[in-house]
Amino acid sequence: MLLTNLEIVPGRAVSQHLGLVQGNSVRAKHVGRDIMAGLKNIFGGELRGYTELLQESREEAIERMTQQAEAAGANAVLNVRFSTSSVTQGAAELYAYGTAVILD
Amino acid sequence: MYDLIIFLVLMTLGYGFGRVAENRHYKSIIERETDLNRIPAIVMRFPPASLKPQNTELVMGSVVISIDYFKRIVAGLRGLVGGRMKSYETLLDRARREAILRMKEQADDMGANMVFNIKMETASISKGRKNRIGSVEVLAYGTAIIPAPMSKTGD
Repeated sequence: MLLTNLEIVPGRAVSQHLGLVQGNSVRAKHVGRDIMAGLKNIFGGELRGYTELLQESREEAIERMTQQAEAAGANAVLNVRFSTSSVTQGAAELYAYGTAVILD
Repeated sequence: MYDLIIFLVLMTLGYGFGRVAENRHYKSIIERETDLNRIPAIVMRFPPASLKPQNTELVMGSVVISIDYFKRIVAGLRGLVGGRMKSYETLLDRARREAILRMKEQADDMGANMVFNIKMETASISKGRKNRIGSVEVLAYGTAIIPAPMSKTGD
């Protein structure tokens, strides 16, 4: 499965568009990480726990999007976009979407 | 009284550690930026038509970074009188540059020679808490163009 956020793939033609595919993942941070983050809020700096958490859930969102694309019979997803929204306090939604296509 | 002492201690800790952390971070950012300048990050929707068929791969880098206590208080005061909030400016600047660097590092590991169509996403992740915006997440993503092994001698 080829993922790209370009609208074309250099040197390859799109033979069929299969429409929008999407994947999301909502994750809550756990207490241990929250305490560490609380400390970091005093000292400043990177919150590694959160970086990892968001990275993991973003990968899961991509995974779900890829599964959907596979189910549709695509071999590539073009124009992939990400978006993040905080649904409630302490949880974030990671969302990935793109256009599933069949490349020659 | 105790509250005041705790407040002052937090201010001092935030000022000291925050400043050291920021200087160290900037130093490492500048160092890595000079190194990774060989991979240009291009904000263009389409690669030039002259580009030969090559492998492409989605790359991304993200970072969650927090402001220190001192700066948050200073920014709070700034909020009363208005004007530039320098403490948040440097926070976002560091986050963006770090995210781009991580993305480029990922591209470098794949042997890419450029990254196209860079998009940036910023989200404040501790919104709604009583200490207002404390930390931001920045995500940078793009498409790495990886030269095919055959054309490697050509570049």
